[in-house]
Amino acid sequence: MADPETPELARAAVDGGADVLEIGFPFSDPLADGPVIRRAGERALARGMRTRQCLDVLARTRELAPETPLIPMTYSSLLEAYGWERFAADVEAAGGTSMIVADLPAGERPEVRRVQLVAPTSTDERIAYAGEQTDGWLYLVALTGTTGARDDLSPALAGLVERARRLVAAPLYAGFGISTPEHARAAAELADGIVVGSRAVQVADEGPGALREYVGSLRSAIDAVG
Amino acid sequence: MSVGVFGSYGGRYVPETLIPALDELERGWREALADDAFHAELHRLATTYAGRPTPLTLAERFAPGKRIYLKREDLLHTGAHKLNNALGQAVLARRLGKRRIVAETGAGQHGVATATVCARFGFECVVYMGEEDMRRQKPNVERMGLLGAEVRSVDFGTKTLKEATSEAIRDWITNVETTHYLIGSCVGPSPYPELVAELQSVIGREAREQLLAVEERLPDVVVACVGGGSNAIGIFHGFVDDDVRLIGVEAAGAASLGSGRAGVLHGARSSILADEDGQIADAHSISAGLDYPGVGPEHAYLRDIGRAEYLGATDEEALAAFGDLARTEGIIPALEPAHALARARELDAELILVGLSGRGDKDLAEVLAQR
Repeated sequence: MADPETPELARAAVDGGADVLEIGFPFSDPLADGPVIRRAGERALARGMRTRQCLDVLARTRELAPETPLIPMTYSSLLEAYGWERFAADVEAAGGTSMIVADLPAGERPEVRRVQLVAPTSTDERIAYAGEQTDGWLYLVALTGTTGARDDLSPALAGLVERARRLVAAPLYAGFGISTPEHARAAAELADGIVVGSRAVQVADEGPGALREYVGSLRSAIDAVG
Repeated sequence: MSVGVFGSYGGRYVPETLIPALDELERGWREALADDAFHAELHRLATTYAGRPTPLTLAERFAPGKRIYLKREDLLHTGAHKLNNALGQAVLARRLGKRRIVAETGAGQHGVATATVCARFGFECVVYMGEEDMRRQKPNVERMGLLGAEVRSVDFGTKTLKEATSEAIRDWITNVETTHYLIGSCVGPSPYPELVAELQSVIGREAREQLLAVEERLPDVVVACVGGGSNAIGIFHGFVDDDVRLIGVEAAGAASLGSGRAGVLHGARSSILADEDGQIADAHSISAGLDYPGVGPEHAYLRDIGRAEYLGATDEEALAAFGDLARTEGIIPALEPAHALARARELDAELILVGLSGRGDKDLAEVLAQR
């Protein structure tokens, strides 16, 4: 979540082995998010993190993590208010690489280039369509639900990966409900990358050292897959 | 491939997980609309269960010198127009094979209507309601419990309808394969705004026929309160093609149309209360049913093309109209339509139709506390 501490935390995550960083631009009513990200967003908003401030954080993060793709993750309302194309242009100018808009499914606003998401409920037709439209990689929502840690890796992921492999050429990164090295290893055996949100946000509260160590534990688990 | 748009409003601004369910709902809805059996079942439920047609009452003592007719949705089973929509969506949910229902509620009227149809159809029912609304609409919370529904309290953010709606949508995202989201107003992703408007348009169709029968002409003005806007869109649909003024009345502290901006909330682009960064603002109204920072996209469209006008009424004006209708006509209205009554009696028009969307029993504690 974009906060004044984000640049240092981002550096720590990269040092721990993160290849790509998602940076949340908080929204007051985040429909796709569970309690952890929702609360982090509420806190960031209470600290005054609006679109302009988030873009500044993005630019400062770019300085501390010059080689790592930084992807803003947000909701349509922010883009509608800021101007859809202006938002995309200013994200790029601040050093962002594409973006994720959680409530903007493939087909809405096709002019806005972004990482598309598919879910276990998606039809083959929609997976293929999202794969054509996506910017760089395809985000596999591993479970039917909102963001947040779960006890076990979603059993729906394997089927989703199998379908997406047939239909999509882009790399497949799996997220939602992935929080432990065990989840990371199991997900990495299926997908090309993993996305960790809620647990990383919680660990980030303990500071850059804790985040570096946590990301390192995920990195080792994935690298063991080979 | 944007679907279900009203001008630049509407659409489907929801996580991908829900898109197949919205496609399924849309297909099921089109099939139902084309099926005589669906209409026959709705008609049978409306007449034998809900109490349709509801009467039209001339409020002579409330507004001397004018002819104000009240369309009496307060006399519908469960006490508000919400049942029209809940019954229709319950029949649809059964056709789709969904046996678990989630809903949001503000004033509790939609929650009660949903709990009622779930009891009638044997569905599992979960209703999300803000903690603040549970406090001010306690009788409706108790009703829902009696009807077998589980009411889940939402204790973050504004603790009102906005957060209850977000939580209902999150539940739907999680349980979409077994669950139908029985949305309570003409808001949300397509096809909900259109579907709810169609189910509520029975209000306008009946009122039009009834008024023509007694007055042998159409009204000069149709007035209805607007929160999400389902009772207003239902009554407006009866007159939208006629030379009749359409006026929606919002709570002054929740005027999504009067002082809002284009934005995206709960799955649709519409006119919403938000700051310049798109963060949703808090609405404020004594009436829990109007206390919502968004509005149905069709209303935003009707406003922009100049077909309908939207005015505001303050808490005090609504309370005054509430008390006056009770004392002059022996009808205790809900606080929501009391906003419409407050504006209607001031209008420079002779023949006025007002949507009396619900009865005021649920509001007695809140009104008495204001005295």
